[in-house]
Amino acid sequence: MFTDHRLIAFETIIIKEVRRFMRIWTQTMLPPVITISLYFVIFGNLVGSRIGEMGGFRYMEFIVPGLIMMAVIQNSYSNVVSSFFSQKFQRSVEELLVAPIPNYVILSGFIAGGMARGLCVGFIVTLVSLFFADLPLYSPVITISVVLFTSLVFSLGGFINAVFANNFDDVSIIPTFVLTPLIYLGGVFYSIELLPPFWQLVSRLNPIFYMVNTFRYGILGTSDIDVAWAFAMLVLFAVLLFGACIWLLRRGTGIRS
Amino acid sequence: MTVAISVDKLEKTYASGVVALKGVSLEVEQGDFFALLGPNGAGKSTFIGILSTLVRRTDGDVRIFGRNVDTHVYRTKLDLGVVPQEINFSQFEKVGDIVMTQAGYYGLPRKLAAQRTEKYLKQLGLWEKRDTRSRLLSGGMKRRMMIARALVHEPRLLILDEPTAGVDIELRRSMWDFLLEINRAGTTIVLTTHYLEEAEQLCRNIAIIDEGRIIEDTSMKKLLLELDTHAYILDAEADLDLDLRHDEPGLSLRKVDSHSIEAVLSGGRDINSAIAVLDRLGIRIVSMRNKANRLEQLFLSRLRASENGGD
Ligand SMILES: Nc1ncnc2c1ncn2[C@@H]1O[C@H](COP(=O)(O)OP(=O)(O)OP(=O)(O)O)[C@@H](O)[C@H]1O
Ligand SMILES: [Mg+2]
Repeated sequence: MFTDHRLIAFETIIIKEVRRFMRIWTQTMLPPVITISLYFVIFGNLVGSRIGEMGGFRYMEFIVPGLIMMAVIQNSYSNVVSSFFSQKFQRSVEELLVAPIPNYVILSGFIAGGMARGLCVGFIVTLVSLFFADLPLYSPVITISVVLFTSLVFSLGGFINAVFANNFDDVSIIPTFVLTPLIYLGGVFYSIELLPPFWQLVSRLNPIFYMVNTFRYGILGTSDIDVAWAFAMLVLFAVLLFGACIWLLRRGTGIRS
Repeated sequence: MTVAISVDKLEKTYASGVVALKGVSLEVEQGDFFALLGPNGAGKSTFIGILSTLVRRTDGDVRIFGRNVDTHVYRTKLDLGVVPQEINFSQFEKVGDIVMTQAGYYGLPRKLAAQRTEKYLKQLGLWEKRDTRSRLLSGGMKRRMMIARALVHEPRLLILDEPTAGVDIELRRSMWDFLLEINRAGTTIVLTTHYLEEAEQLCRNIAIIDEGRIIEDTSMKKLLLELDTHAYILDAEADLDLDLRHDEPGLSLRKVDSHSIEAVLSGGRDINSAIAVLDRLGIRIVSMRNKANRLEQLFLSRLRASENGGD
């Protein structure tokens, strides 16, 4: 039981966020689980059996970590962007803004909500993947911490998107035109060793590439990159985005006139 | 006497360039029931928005119970409850959840939040609706829910932005009774309204705002006294085919229909003189009421005066 008013407010926001995505679970939880299960069946099982090995593992085992990561990224991001934008749209964000809640608590509440959904979907997808592949879980610490950080970073991204969004199109533009391509090109389906040198270089500019690879390293123990460097980058992103969100909230961008 | 609201030279220019407030200074005393009156677009909601921090002011000072809202954010927000003009709750959530959530935002522990939610939903006649999704409430119920939500943290100051817009007479009266009761119990209340009768019924003090300026700030009594004409509709007992001519100064009588007479009194004349004259004419009055709104007349005359005198 919390007694500090900030902790109570934080808990309240999380409860509200979780209640929201559970209430509309057919829109929030079911579709990603179905889509990614289809990836497992089609790419992993049917096509994968013809591809053979990738990075020293069965193709199925190679793509599972990437697909789990994809679920975490998309769901963390879209939970925060839709929830915060719809609160702006319905003006119920005013309930938060008139209350004595510091900005960092508001932000943390939404971020925790986004992470809750990202991790929930990620967990379900992981369970489903166990029907198709054995995951050795090479390093639980790396695996779990990279998932947490990735989920955090993309929840923050979703928040910034929502602050600037003025209509429902603005909510789907970034996920469709930026996030999805970056995920697909981030080495979910292939090892970048297969690419010509130039495209390997380009791939290395994609932050999602590092997240997917670190996660894969945590599970399989194999990676295209330096894991320490990937973590440093994740932490840096998280700090910068958190700072940017706080700055936007303080200015009242998109929420106070 | 503690001052509940004290604003000084408040200015607001929106990003669009609209100047909504042009140097508003105002004080509302603790325990007061205060009306803020003004036509559409006068700046009432902007003023309230600034008090609740939803609108950022361009210039000026705001104090709530003597505390600066910039330096005492937590305390001043805790002291304030706002019922907005427009609906601003999630349409998909249940009534009880909305009020509970607001309590949580204000830092009330769950048990207390649940007690308060029950208390205020009951007081506002919405307890049976606690599990209903808010979008299924009627317009009047939505307003009452917003009142319950604003009270859940028991603020010392309650501000209502046109709380009875679109609410039927019966419900309006019960809302008035409710507001008078919590005012008697010590809550300072400020409301904006277009129903001038409302201000007259409820409020002790009043300010009139027009085009972002306060053009009148006085007690309701004084304001009403300043009016030099009062109009009443008098209902007569029998059919009226009598002559209404008389020689009483400051009184004019006019037949409205077969049963009623309009009496306009001016120059400090009171209703007794009208009744005396009618009595002499052999007309018995069975009931009477205020004609339309004296405030309305006053309101118009003030606006005219400020237009002629101002700028
Ligand atoms: N968010 C906004 N952006 C730009 N202009 C605004 C905004 N909100 C209000 N205004 C303008 O500011 C002026 C004052 O508006 P306000 O809502 O304060 O009036 P009001 O007295 O509450 O009117 P009403 O009785 O119709 O509710 C109007 O000209 C309005 O168009
Ligand atoms: Mg208004």
